[in-house]
Amino acid sequence: MVLNRIKPLLAVSFGLIFLFNTMSSFAAEKTEAKQEGSFNVTETILEHIKDDHSWHLWGDKTISLPVILYTPQGLEVFSSAKLVDEHHEPVVYKGKFDYKLVAGKTKIVNAAGEVDAAASKKLWDFSITKNVASLFISVIILLLVILTAASAYKKTGITSAPKGLQSFMEPIVLFVRDEIALPNIGAKRYAKYMPFLLTIFFLILTNNFLGLIPLFPGGANVSGNIAFTMTLAVCVFVVVNLSSNKNYWEHIFWMPGMHWSMKLFLAPIELIGVFNKPISLMIRLFANITAGHILVLSLVCLIFIFKTVYAAAVAVPFVIFIFLIELLVAFLQAYIFTMLTAMYIGMASEEAHHDHHEHAANELAHH
Amino acid sequence: MFLEINPLVLPDIGLVFWNTVAFIGLLVVLGKFAWKPMLKAISDREKGIEDSLAKADQMKADLSAMKNENEALLAKAREERATLIKEAKEASEKMVAEAKDKAKAEYERIVADAQVAITQQKNAALTEVKNQVGSLVVEVAEKVLRKELSNKAEQEKYIQQLADGVKLN
Repeated sequence: MVLNRIKPLLAVSFGLIFLFNTMSSFAAEKTEAKQEGSFNVTETILEHIKDDHSWHLWGDKTISLPVILYTPQGLEVFSSAKLVDEHHEPVVYKGKFDYKLVAGKTKIVNAAGEVDAAASKKLWDFSITKNVASLFISVIILLLVILTAASAYKKTGITSAPKGLQSFMEPIVLFVRDEIALPNIGAKRYAKYMPFLLTIFFLILTNNFLGLIPLFPGGANVSGNIAFTMTLAVCVFVVVNLSSNKNYWEHIFWMPGMHWSMKLFLAPIELIGVFNKPISLMIRLFANITAGHILVLSLVCLIFIFKTVYAAAVAVPFVIFIFLIELLVAFLQAYIFTMLTAMYIGMASEEAHHDHHEHAANELAHH
Repeated sequence: MFLEINPLVLPDIGLVFWNTVAFIGLLVVLGKFAWKPMLKAISDREKGIEDSLAKADQMKADLSAMKNENEALLAKAREERATLIKEAKEASEKMVAEAKDKAKAEYERIVADAQVAITQQKNAALTEVKNQVGSLVVEVAEKVLRKELSNKAEQEKYIQQLADGVKLN
């Protein structure tokens, strides 16, 4: 367990150091690099990690996705192909306003082609971007796979052994139930949270795996996107607080068994913790997945930096190695996110006193 | 602001919106049509397996109890048979002994009877012989006397003889 936790941490720290180093040098080298027309690593990597209005397949083949804008003058829908010319350079599209892609984001520009910051702030972008499309694909995959697996129980009944998809799904469902929900929430209340935990687990897992596939159905960085992890974290925050009881809030605002001065001291810290927990969930998943992608991309970029195909001899084995770690991380992050969610729910709904020892024992067993 | 500096940590409202829709939709659909029936089926199956195992254990216990009972019955039957045989043997031995005793007694009685009869017959025969001998003696004596007495001298001699024998004492 300890070893498994160190690996993603190493990957994250390496990735973040790399990210911040390149970010700082990015501004300085940007103009220079562009003028020379040479290869810019940071830009290439960020392009692959960031969301996009169109889905680049290969060469000059791209899928144009719908742009949906909510403007002060109402809803506007058009194809993202209208925002770029044949060389994939951004051009102005004249709708209810004049739109132009600036650093991948849709902005309102004035007649001179400059960004109108005040007007752009009133622009709400609900476009089906690459990430949204990839998310929908993962939802379709999940619905197909899981509903098929679930229908098998109706067809074959409960007495026969699981077959096919069912036998693939069942161990994972049992894993979530027996290793995540039961020990952290407790036998009395876990059943209510199982659908939530299972959905979170499978959504993260599917998107993690889809993100690792470099070709079309995958390739988007959904679970490494802060918006995705933020949404899930907010859902967790809502569920945790909805399942909280008096005992939980008492432990936050007026810690029992402490001197009153300690109680006053602990209350703000515990209150920060309430928000800190989902925020840590959000950042952990985002950073792990993004760091992994940055690692793989930067290793591939070595070939283009050295401008020789022989660099591949070093880069490709490393990429394969990181990919293998990423497979582990993909599963591990889905597990950690779900397990921490279950733990937070368990803490919030824990009944007074008698559960304490049991919980401590569970935590010991997990480490 | 920090969020404005790094485009990676700036959440897009579009993705937040669509992700909320997708997640809640997925949660509702899967929750109703997949997770609930799936978890119910799994727990039903687990309960079924548990029940079957418990039933099998119960049956095993019943079977072994039955076996013990059978063995006890068998042992009892064996014991009974042994006592029966023993009793029968004893009875037969007793019968044989009784028969032997009876036979012996009968034999002794017969022997005794025979002896009594033999003694009686012997006595009778002896008596008869005695009687016959007596009568014969008398006859012979008669004949002798007749002959002796026919001769006067002899008669006197004999009387003399007798008188000598009968000495007055």
